[in-house]
Amino acid sequence: MTETRVSVSDRAYDGPLLSVRDLRVTFSGRGRHDVRAVDGVDLELAAGSTTGIVGESGSGKSVSSLAALGLLKGRGVTVEGSVRLNGRELLTMPDAQLRDIRGREVAMIFQDPMSALNPVLTIGRQLTEVLTRHAGLDKREAMVRAGELLEAVGISAPGQRLKQWPHQLSGGMRQRVMIAIALACSPRLLIADEPTTALDVTISAQILELLRTLVADTGTALVLITHDLGVVAGLCDTVHVMYSGRIVESTDRRQLFAAPRHPYTTGLLASVPRLDQPRGTPLLPIPGSPSDTRPWRTGCAFGPRCSRHDEACDGGPPTLAEHAPGHLARCIHPVVPAVPKAPAGPS
Amino acid sequence: MSIIEVAGPGGFQGGEAMVQPAEETSAGLLRDAFRRLRRNPLAIFGSVLIAIFVVVAVFAPLLAPYDPVATDLSQIRPGKFPGPSAEHLLGLDQLGRDELSRLIYGARYSLLIGVVSTAMGASVGMSFGLLAGAFGGWVDSLVMRLMDVMLSIPGLLLAIGVAAVLGRSIVSIMIAVAVVNVPIFARLLRSSMLVQGRSDYVLASRSLGVKRRKIVLGHVLPNSLAPVIVQATLALATAIVEAAGLAYLGLGSEDPRIPEWGRMLAETQSFLSSAPLLALWPGIAIVVSVLGFYLVGEALREALDPKLRS
Repeated sequence: MTETRVSVSDRAYDGPLLSVRDLRVTFSGRGRHDVRAVDGVDLELAAGSTTGIVGESGSGKSVSSLAALGLLKGRGVTVEGSVRLNGRELLTMPDAQLRDIRGREVAMIFQDPMSALNPVLTIGRQLTEVLTRHAGLDKREAMVRAGELLEAVGISAPGQRLKQWPHQLSGGMRQRVMIAIALACSPRLLIADEPTTALDVTISAQILELLRTLVADTGTALVLITHDLGVVAGLCDTVHVMYSGRIVESTDRRQLFAAPRHPYTTGLLASVPRLDQPRGTPLLPIPGSPSDTRPWRTGCAFGPRCSRHDEACDGGPPTLAEHAPGHLARCIHPVVPAVPKAPAGPS
Repeated sequence: MSIIEVAGPGGFQGGEAMVQPAEETSAGLLRDAFRRLRRNPLAIFGSVLIAIFVVVAVFAPLLAPYDPVATDLSQIRPGKFPGPSAEHLLGLDQLGRDELSRLIYGARYSLLIGVVSTAMGASVGMSFGLLAGAFGGWVDSLVMRLMDVMLSIPGLLLAIGVAAVLGRSIVSIMIAVAVVNVPIFARLLRSSMLVQGRSDYVLASRSLGVKRRKIVLGHVLPNSLAPVIVQATLALATAIVEAAGLAYLGLGSEDPRIPEWGRMLAETQSFLSSAPLLALWPGIAIVVSVLGFYLVGEALREALDPKLRS
């Protein structure tokens, strides 16, 4: 009965696939100050698109995604705002219903494939678990499908792998298995939380390429959470840069690299080596550390580390304003691209 | 030894590559641990002791040269019992019974008490631990306070109390030893489950919409069992000592014919000056059987350590 209602609303709905409005996550501990890890995130995602969320450790990227899927519920965590998937509100949804959606319509890939697979269960058991749970297959059908899935993520001898335990696979293979599990029920949305951080460079390139082709083939929308701008450059249509729990810059990939507006983004770009710069150009670190931040309500959180900072920045939280068509930045003194070096953006 | 194994048939790389996959596909974590156990000489020594102990217990009627309760008073003189001889390898006890046969039959009681009391203690304790670990919140608090109360009573005193209430019998010794084990297993499983519950694979399962019951029973519980298995092995050893201790204190069966090791110790202590060997034999039996379980338990702890797994 629930299923028919879901599919009906699916057809009638033609808004964005994912719509996050004013998402706020607060951690409160006994006798300690509340920590607001996510402080008003707005995000919209069209079906089949790929979006990157970039930010340093502690900027709230992972917490946002966990909160959106209702995985943070528990003592001491408050999640406010609105997260709509296909028009249905997830944050107020009862747990049982949410569990039906997780794994079937939205799935997640985690950072460390070493620990995200259960060490005492075979690969086959872990793959079939999702299939029997959501796709309504019996054990034998699920095992067949599991083999196909392993093949689809580029694992050789899938029949044999299904009988193996995670510790018998390499890191890259385990991440492929994680991807296979996540995509097992063809979700509409895949959230990849730093999927390549724990892998070495060549393997990580393979995994990203695999993600790119799978997402393109299946029409799954992808949210890629990363601290690596290079990953974003290769994979994402649009990019959101997060700092201290808020999005500070949102634009498409070309704009971000060609004409970044927020000083934090320019700082990030200047701290990454680039091939198109003359040799010997020093890398410029962003001064200070993430702990130099301050609450947004007192002014720009990046202010203490910002070279363009002045009194105006301390007046209150800057708003996310459109500085060019489709290019939002949360800054009072945005970087103005001096001369458009490349024919980027609207010409 | 190990070098020969590795470099043996088929040489290094080729041999490994060919042998490993076939063996590994059927290898679970227990097989993995078992392989590591086999490389530990202490574990092998311990297993041999346990094996001897179990074989002796199971085949007691075949191995014992005499009936353990048959008395031969003709050879007994007050305060002087025949020592080891060709007929009676370990001599006769104070009632003229063959000491070796009694020891052999005594293994049955020790093994039975050890296994049954550990099984009872572990299953009840694990049920409590599972309850606390799976539900958390007030269930957790309630169960754990109950366990704290049980822990706060000294084990031996608790056992004496149980034996006193239920009367003197082997069953009450089993229950007494089991009761002491309950809070130990409950706390162990609960803490292990709490650790596993915070792991990434549990988060990953939740992100896939796997049901709670399945996460707890299918993912968290199996991963939490390693320390419980180790504890069960060690508890077996402790149970044998505790059972012997309780029997020594006179809390075992009232039937004087039962050749329980602890009771044999107690009965012969009054003849310690004239026949010291009679107290030595059951003592050695207790130590050797306990040692076997301890060695294997410690080796298991190492073999199941996830940090050593690659």
